[in-house]
Amino acid sequence: MGSLDGFRVTFRQIFLPRVTIEYPKVKRPKPDRMHGRHVLNRYEDGMEKCIGCELCAGVCPARCIYVRGKDNPPDAPVSPGERYGFVYEINFLRCIHCDLCVEACPTEAITETKLFEFSFQNREDAIYTKDELLVGDDGRPQHLPWEHWTEDDENRTSAWVRATSPNGAASFEGTVQWSGELGYGVRDPEPAQAESDEETGEAWIVLSSNRGGV
Amino acid sequence: MSMLATPLLAAGDPMLEGPIDLTVFLIVAGKTLFVFAALLVAVMLMIWFERKVIADMQNRIGPNRAGPWGILQTLADGIKFFFKEDLLPDRSDRIVFRLAPYLAIVPAFLSFAVVPFGGTITIAGHTTRLQLADPPVGVLLVLAMSSLAVYGVMLAGWASGSKYPLLGSVRATAQMISYEAALGLSVATVVLVAGSLYTSDIVASQADSLMRWNVLRLGFVPFVVFLVAATAELNRPPFDLVEAEQELVGGFHTEYSSIRFALFFLAEFMNTITMSCVIVTLFLGGPTIPLDVPILTSVSPVWFLLKVVVFLFVYVWFRATLPRLRYDQLMDLGWKVLIPIALGWLLVIGAIQVSGTDTQSRLLWLGGGAAGLGVCFVMLLRSLQLGRATVSEEDLHG
Repeated sequence: MGSLDGFRVTFRQIFLPRVTIEYPKVKRPKPDRMHGRHVLNRYEDGMEKCIGCELCAGVCPARCIYVRGKDNPPDAPVSPGERYGFVYEINFLRCIHCDLCVEACPTEAITETKLFEFSFQNREDAIYTKDELLVGDDGRPQHLPWEHWTEDDENRTSAWVRATSPNGAASFEGTVQWSGELGYGVRDPEPAQAESDEETGEAWIVLSSNRGGV
Repeated sequence: MSMLATPLLAAGDPMLEGPIDLTVFLIVAGKTLFVFAALLVAVMLMIWFERKVIADMQNRIGPNRAGPWGILQTLADGIKFFFKEDLLPDRSDRIVFRLAPYLAIVPAFLSFAVVPFGGTITIAGHTTRLQLADPPVGVLLVLAMSSLAVYGVMLAGWASGSKYPLLGSVRATAQMISYEAALGLSVATVVLVAGSLYTSDIVASQADSLMRWNVLRLGFVPFVVFLVAATAELNRPPFDLVEAEQELVGGFHTEYSSIRFALFFLAEFMNTITMSCVIVTLFLGGPTIPLDVPILTSVSPVWFLLKVVVFLFVYVWFRATLPRLRYDQLMDLGWKVLIPIALGWLLVIGAIQVSGTDTQSRLLWLGGGAAGLGVCFVMLLRSLQLGRATVSEEDLHG
């Protein structure tokens, strides 16, 4: 048909499945290392991991973290170290979710959840205080009224930490080098890089062939 | 309410032949209101249809929030437009700026009046046709209105007091005037064989047999010329240079906002529907079908609607498929291809019409006609060659 071929192409498209996913109704699975809203983790005995060293605040390119450290009260220590973070605030109007704070943290105190669906009515709500960031007594992130948690978001709070070795050496891949977490214990290492690439690659292919959603 | 199966030969509307009293007046007013409302609803559905189909062709979903399958999306958009701020640019010509949208929309309404939907209807003892008006000038009215619609676009751009709208409207004027000629010439072939300007006559002349449909009877070419010229006349893709976003922001309606902007869009889609109706009337036998089954012929408006929807789909298909023409390509297509073809075809049809039935005179006419056309064709080619040569020389030395 020559120059009229285009009409066949566009007509054929009508019967092909849709690419669009109807977002609020259908949600794509989130990648393992997605950067979402932060949490402050606790050890298995309930102690806070944060030692108030302010490295996260120092590394933050958006200057959205404010930390003040304080000596632990000798009779009721908050963290196992000498000091603890007694003020910890993140301004989510500024945070760019770069995860540099997570990399900087020497005790894996701050990690990111998979939560990205949160919106505030005012600026005060956007500044998360330590009360809001700290995980609950069951080790799960707190659910604030303006946050929309989907299932499994909160189980995957520290994927990045578990994916790489602290010094970046490949030989540490798959070796547990992190402390346990309240409610979860010592988490398993992520599958090796090559394997996980394969897996996620497959996951994305499945996802894209599953077009049209529900 | 009863529908008649037999196509009525044009003798005016049966209702208007008797004395015209208050009832007749009210019926006509009622018909007018009904057509007005029906056209508005049709536009609403057309915009939804276009967005849905083009979404389908691009593997998207399209509007699906307002109402079932998003069918009320246009209504929601319209309501939104009413509440938007109505801007009036400082440097605009205020009166003309306000007038222009109505100049665009009134012709769109008027040309719809002559479209016959088929069948008749009996209200309060009066039998009337499902057609708002059947003036003796029928088809000419459609052409006249589509020419008048140029003023809406032209004055909108002119009155905006801004450069992009002005460029858009200059393009629009040139384009619509160029394609008007091809449009008129292809309509002339239809009028030639139908022997009447009444739209109802043109429909009646195509009844009974598929071979009598003008699309086949006239040899397909006038139909194609009309379809292309109508697309250009409507400023629809691939001829939408008037509102080429990449070059002209929004074209002639750049400075328009709120309900005045909506009126332009209303007019554009209304014209699309009207043009589809006109194509069906002129070339595809209007509401008639080539089958003589009483049950099928009694619902002739349904057939009309089906044929119109096919063309509405075709317009959307054009939009999804074809890239926009460049301005010089547009002018070349209009003046150097469509008009010569339409003119030549008109002469051929004319020659066949006058040649009579006996073989000798027919051969004489056709032979003479073919020779004349051949000469014209060679001259046209030669002039195009010369023109091209001149241009390239100018380009070299300029």
